[in-house]
Amino acid sequence: MDAVVFRAWIVTVAEVIEANRDHLTQLDAAIGDADHGINLARGFTAVLGALDAASPGPQTPGAILTLTGNTLISKVGGASGPLYGTAFRRAGKALGDAADVDLPALSAALDAALAGVQQLGAAREGDKTMVDALAAATRAFGKAIAEGASESEALRSLVEAAEAGAEATIAMQALKGRASYLGPRSVGHEDPGAVSTALILGALRDAARAGR
Amino acid sequence: MKKLINSPETVVTQALAGVAAAHPSLTVDIENKVITRAAGPRNGKVGLVSGGGSGHEPLHGGFVGYGMLDAACPGEVFTSPVPDQMLIATKAVDGGAGVLHVVKNYTGDVLNFQMAAELAGDEGIEVVPVVINDDVAVEDSLYTAGRRGTGATVFVEKIAGALAEEGADLAAVAAVAREVNDRSRSFGVALSSCVVPAAGKPTFELGDSEIELGIGIHGEPGRTRAPLTPAAELAAVALDAINADLAVNGDLLVMVNGMGGTPLIELYLMFNEVRQYLEARGGRVARNLVGNYITSLEMQGFSVTVCQLTDTLTRLWDAPVDTPALRWGR
Repeated sequence: MDAVVFRAWIVTVAEVIEANRDHLTQLDAAIGDADHGINLARGFTAVLGALDAASPGPQTPGAILTLTGNTLISKVGGASGPLYGTAFRRAGKALGDAADVDLPALSAALDAALAGVQQLGAAREGDKTMVDALAAATRAFGKAIAEGASESEALRSLVEAAEAGAEATIAMQALKGRASYLGPRSVGHEDPGAVSTALILGALRDAARAGR
Repeated sequence: MKKLINSPETVVTQALAGVAAAHPSLTVDIENKVITRAAGPRNGKVGLVSGGGSGHEPLHGGFVGYGMLDAACPGEVFTSPVPDQMLIATKAVDGGAGVLHVVKNYTGDVLNFQMAAELAGDEGIEVVPVVINDDVAVEDSLYTAGRRGTGATVFVEKIAGALAEEGADLAAVAAVAREVNDRSRSFGVALSSCVVPAAGKPTFELGDSEIELGIGIHGEPGRTRAPLTPAAELAAVALDAINADLAVNGDLLVMVNGMGGTPLIELYLMFNEVRQYLEARGGRVARNLVGNYITSLEMQGFSVTVCQLTDTLTRLWDAPVDTPALRWGR
């Protein structure tokens, strides 16, 4: 996967987040403060602007993800800005200067993203956060690669696990973030951060598929 | 939902333009969303910076001025500001004696201020953050993000601001800020939801005779839903929760705060209920604030914040202050 695919990933993320803006905000209204879709849509619109404005634009997958992360940190605010910003920055750093990214390198980058999110937010699996989607996804991705999966199979495992991880948050009681104030009343609602994580990883699969 | 806006996207910047026009004592950097004192930093004085999501006005921008904050960073509505604007504010107010960050305990605010403090440190500015967490509606345990920062923020900004104005060093200003936070507790009740402009509809639904006990300042739910009861009973619910955590006796600083949509006549009525409750338990309302100081857009309801005063804290509370939203003694 080259810079074209990674740029397409970010463009697809912006489209998917915009399309799901109200859905994410509704999920957040149920257990948070009703701004998740709004903030991410604002953030990725700013990312597209930054990618277009950069001259010369980022030429490598790593540079694209780093610029994405920096822009999210600068523009979004809230918890999602630093958390997603750190995820993209760490992934970008892990990819280094490589012009082409193979599956093990992508897997390592997603692991680095997860580690960054957990270091900053101190959330663990089961806390009803984006970590529930991201951790399940990176684990499934690594396993699929170890078992010799093709790119499309591995990315399908990644997204399916992310979606299952997001869905699993419905039954959880939130222990981190604003939803934790609800205590037991947070049970029965899907975590908006886990859902947006699944959407972002879904966009990666779609961009890779389109790029083949 | 009806609002006095031009478009949801421009609410914050256009409101900041209004703040700039209304208050010549402030300098407003609209592009970066930073409000500072027009007089600029004073050499050797500790700078005080706070910030948070917009929608809580007059917090924080209305508290920028002599005897209180040096700068405020408003984020989007109910969304914490970003590290870049906090860094701009921190550099703008640094008078060489370091800068105190007053941070309300929400995941986003804490993360962004943490990043800003690191950036400021890289530029050689000493920053000490003080995290405000006075809301007893949230159980402070391993199972939550911890107590939220609410009404005590106003007390901290006033009292720490007064000490900074006297020329105290950063450690002393941070210590008094922590002391005020430690001695303060809050509890909020909502009668109706707020409406985030970009969302366009109520954050939560309440029945005609339903209220939310322990509401947060972003419309995030608190302890429980309950049927509406008379004001005296609501005062007791709020103060029972506070009193269970911090004894409400001795000299007290008490704020009865509107959420943005509550008539002042009801806040005064509520203040009287609060006063009676406290006096019956050996408390004396030595100082008070009644009005809208930390709001949640158009939410109807009230919060009560109680701080156990000491002679020093009372003196610093009484010290001159000259800001758009709090002004006396000067």
